[in-house]
Amino acid sequence: MADRPLGEYRRDSHVDPPNDFPAYHGSQYRAPRLPPILLPQSLTELTGPLLGPGRVEPGDADLTAGGRGAPIGERVIVHGRVVDSDGRAVRDSLIEIWQANAAGRYAHQVDDHDAPLDPNFRGIGRVVTGADGRYRFLTIKPGAYPWRNHRNAWRPAHIHFSIFGDAFPQRLVTQMYFPGDPLFGQDPIFNSVPDPRGRERLVSTLDLEAAIPEYSLAFRFDIVLRGREATPFEREDHD
Amino acid sequence: MALPRTPSQTVGPYLALGITGEDGPEVVPDGTPGSIWIRGRVLDGNGVPVPDGLIETWQADENGRFAHPEARARGETSFRGFGRCPTDPGGHFGIRTVKPGAVPAPVGGPQAPHIDVAVFARGILTRLVTRIYFADEVEANDADPVLRSLPDAMRRRTLLAIRAGDGYAWDIHLQGPDETVFFDV
Repeated sequence: MADRPLGEYRRDSHVDPPNDFPAYHGSQYRAPRLPPILLPQSLTELTGPLLGPGRVEPGDADLTAGGRGAPIGERVIVHGRVVDSDGRAVRDSLIEIWQANAAGRYAHQVDDHDAPLDPNFRGIGRVVTGADGRYRFLTIKPGAYPWRNHRNAWRPAHIHFSIFGDAFPQRLVTQMYFPGDPLFGQDPIFNSVPDPRGRERLVSTLDLEAAIPEYSLAFRFDIVLRGREATPFEREDHD
Repeated sequence: MALPRTPSQTVGPYLALGITGEDGPEVVPDGTPGSIWIRGRVLDGNGVPVPDGLIETWQADENGRFAHPEARARGETSFRGFGRCPTDPGGHFGIRTVKPGAVPAPVGGPQAPHIDVAVFARGILTRLVTRIYFADEVEANDADPVLRSLPDAMRRRTLLAIRAGDGYAWDIHLQGPDETVFFDV
């Protein structure tokens, strides 16, 4: 990797939603009330699980395959690049996605939304980033679905993303949205991101260059993980 | 000029869908000498079990080595170091692993044996990070720079796993009078 030692992973937690966010009722009894304690990054934090090649089969990135027939809905390619905040490609890193089907129903026993399951769609995918940090899935555009957070609460269509990166501080679980969704304004989860520009970074962009004519549209979703400070912290003794 | 980072979002209630493959709660295979189960529950501010959570663990091997290029100077290891376990309807989780060795601290140290833990769940918008220490490592814990840095010594016990059954017991309290110490990493 780098020739010179690098410092801590950049502390930029202001980018993330605060856990104490009352508009999201699920957080009421689950958000800690006390402020987090600053943890200096030691070797335990400058390392992390390297889950990469060997963990996926080629078909794992095609969520439209594996059933007895084609799933119902609009086929979409979702692709992009994973880099750190210094622009370095995050290579050989596992991405996991999960999502609802085109009708807005998850293939999960807890989901009791009155919308049809699709026997040909499980809604789970895995891929490992390439040497340039790129990844690509083929899937079905998920539907919006109602939840009970407030009257007529509906989640905008989204795909859950889990990314491991190169070390413990880079680990990220997030959600990707689709451009121009009219449900953004009433969704507390989307709006929990404090900076409007941060919210925009969760919205994919239509990418006709990557679309397949007469077959599938494409959306691009680039992901930026934490980068590292240029200089290592001073190692000194104290009692 | 750093690129702006992608913000976190909750795993939601259906996170179990995303968890497949071999990277589960068994950090070491059954029968590994010195293996322990660390078992506990995730509880909310009312003491109600969290049935839709996930914990992930990361740690050194018994000699304080990590399977990672950043730690190569400490020696190679094939130890996986990573575990993850979704909570069951009673909020329970369990990780089978070995007690890690000591790891140096950036300042002061060495650190007492510890395991980094990330907590995800519906209702948690940004993952929570905490640590497991071992209550029976009394001397090492007393010298540990992180435990010593806690502003409220009373809360230190929330990080201590207690000897029990086939390993250790350690609960996570997201909120309330016994709220676990969470870290800004």
